[in-house]
Amino acid sequence: MTDPRILRLAVVSAGVSDPSSTGLLADRASERFVALAAETGDRVVVDRVELKGVLPELPAALGSQLLGPRLTAVAEILAAADAVVVATPVYKAGPSALLTGVLQVLDDDVLVGTPVLLAATAGTPRHALVIDDQLRGLFAYLRAATTPTGLFASGDDWQDPALAGRVDRAARELLALARSEVREAMRGAAGRGAGYASRFGSAANGVAVDLDSDLMRLATGGALPPRG
Amino acid sequence: MQFGIMSVSDVTRDPVSGRTPSEAERIDALVRIAVKAEEVGLDVVAVGEHHNPPFVSSSPTTLLAHIAALTKRVILSTSTTLITTNDPVRIAEEYAMLQHLAKGRMDLMLGRGNTAPVYPWFGQDIRQGLPLALENYNLLHRLWREDVVDWEGRYRTPLQGFTSTPRPLDGVAPFVWHGSIRTPEIAEQAAFYGDGFFANHIFWPKEHYQRLIAFYRQRFEHYGHGTQKEAIVGLGGQAFLAKNSQDAKNAFRPYFDNAPVYGNGPSMEDFMAQTPLSVGSPQEVIDKTLTFREHFGDYQRQLFLVDHAGLPVETVLEQLELLGGEVVPVLRTELEARREEGVAEAPTHAARVREVYGDGPVRQPRPNANRGDNVTGGSPYQDSEVAA
Repeated sequence: MTDPRILRLAVVSAGVSDPSSTGLLADRASERFVALAAETGDRVVVDRVELKGVLPELPAALGSQLLGPRLTAVAEILAAADAVVVATPVYKAGPSALLTGVLQVLDDDVLVGTPVLLAATAGTPRHALVIDDQLRGLFAYLRAATTPTGLFASGDDWQDPALAGRVDRAARELLALARSEVREAMRGAAGRGAGYASRFGSAANGVAVDLDSDLMRLATGGALPPRG
Repeated sequence: MQFGIMSVSDVTRDPVSGRTPSEAERIDALVRIAVKAEEVGLDVVAVGEHHNPPFVSSSPTTLLAHIAALTKRVILSTSTTLITTNDPVRIAEEYAMLQHLAKGRMDLMLGRGNTAPVYPWFGQDIRQGLPLALENYNLLHRLWREDVVDWEGRYRTPLQGFTSTPRPLDGVAPFVWHGSIRTPEIAEQAAFYGDGFFANHIFWPKEHYQRLIAFYRQRFEHYGHGTQKEAIVGLGGQAFLAKNSQDAKNAFRPYFDNAPVYGNGPSMEDFMAQTPLSVGSPQEVIDKTLTFREHFGDYQRQLFLVDHAGLPVETVLEQLELLGGEVVPVLRTELEARREEGVAEAPTHAARVREVYGDGPVRQPRPNANRGDNVTGGSPYQDSEVAA
């Protein structure tokens, strides 16, 4: 039995109505995660992020790479999270452009190794594959550790007790990944996973600099090693 | 502390008049702006380097040599010289020649450039941009300091017994600034050689630049060039002035909204709140510029971007009047009063010559006679230690 610990869970919803079923689904996953963690005495600090709050900043960020204070805050929350729940509505058979837009302007390394539970809501069960067909590819690019179970809910699911079972399964997977410290293992001791693209000053990387690299040796008057 | 202007040398349609200047007009304008900068008491004029329309400054040393001939005092510099696509041998030669013609009133800022297609135009590969920049500078640094260079690297043909001519003026290499926003390797190289580090300080919030400048200062000290305060830091910045604040905002807004880089993006107010841009009265620009020192520490050079986004040359000249007349004199006094002890002076050729020779004689290399083979060989100069 390991010591109880504090886990930071970021719960990100790209829903825009209030209340939104997307936010509701994210909250159900989040609540289950907190309850499961509590069973072994772990405490969870939840950072709830309504992405619609960054809407005013998103056009400028997409057009000029200038991140406003709200987007910067989102990046910092994601970078600090031990686990993340991401929930999006499905529009036109794809995830909301609000979610994909935000992820496109944040640094590539913000979620490297971070356990992520993917969730989506839609008006029809025919969109059920949006998580597995579209979101997984995006999060694979970000090198996130996504849970095997994705959480999808269309109108009918809200009346189906089976949804609670899927919420439980997905939350358990997310907790297992968070407790396994997969992120720390992937990023390495210095917080910089060897080989993952990471930029100086990013929210995830901070100002850690690897001075022991071929490029750093070249910067300090050395030569590149022979082509291998 | 040096104050000056830096130009991207873009030829941009004036969004107010709808008129696009010709290349000839823009080149003339760049020269007028530079001459005016000296007239109003600025210290530095820097021009960019680009190899595609809508830019005109493909040959910065030609432009700067012309400006040198028309001016007496102002330091000519670049913003930036492409250390990636230019052969370091050509940079060594061209800028040493400029240094002679300008009697030392020059330095240069190295950058990687941001136009991907430029690389293949000059036979290079953008995927190798960073190592190319680092390797090229290692060579450039030697070419200005060693009369005869044997060199082998990955990205250009080896050199055997090569001498870059003319040797730098008074045997002192031109001062180099390394420009970078987020690349620690570039800051490390600047620190390793004890060169200057320049943050463009235009597009992003100050935090982006603070991190890398802090890293550069630490590494500068690590390599034994002096304390962190003695590291040599330059900053960009962007200002538009009018006697009163609202006139400045009204006049600049169409240029901001249509600017090639950030136009159609953030609002001017957001950009002013989140980046170093200041649009307003002289006092507002003074106040904002004084915050730079608080964010980054005492620094040596402040360059303002004043002539982009289609601003007509007459407007730019008025801007220079305000900048040189009302803003910079106050900044000089205020920054001088706040300056901590032990901060490095801004780099000048005269100071660098003093540093190398003290009051002693200054080297003036005289080549040995051509031996008929057009190869310089091992001892090209009469004062070379190796016998001919």
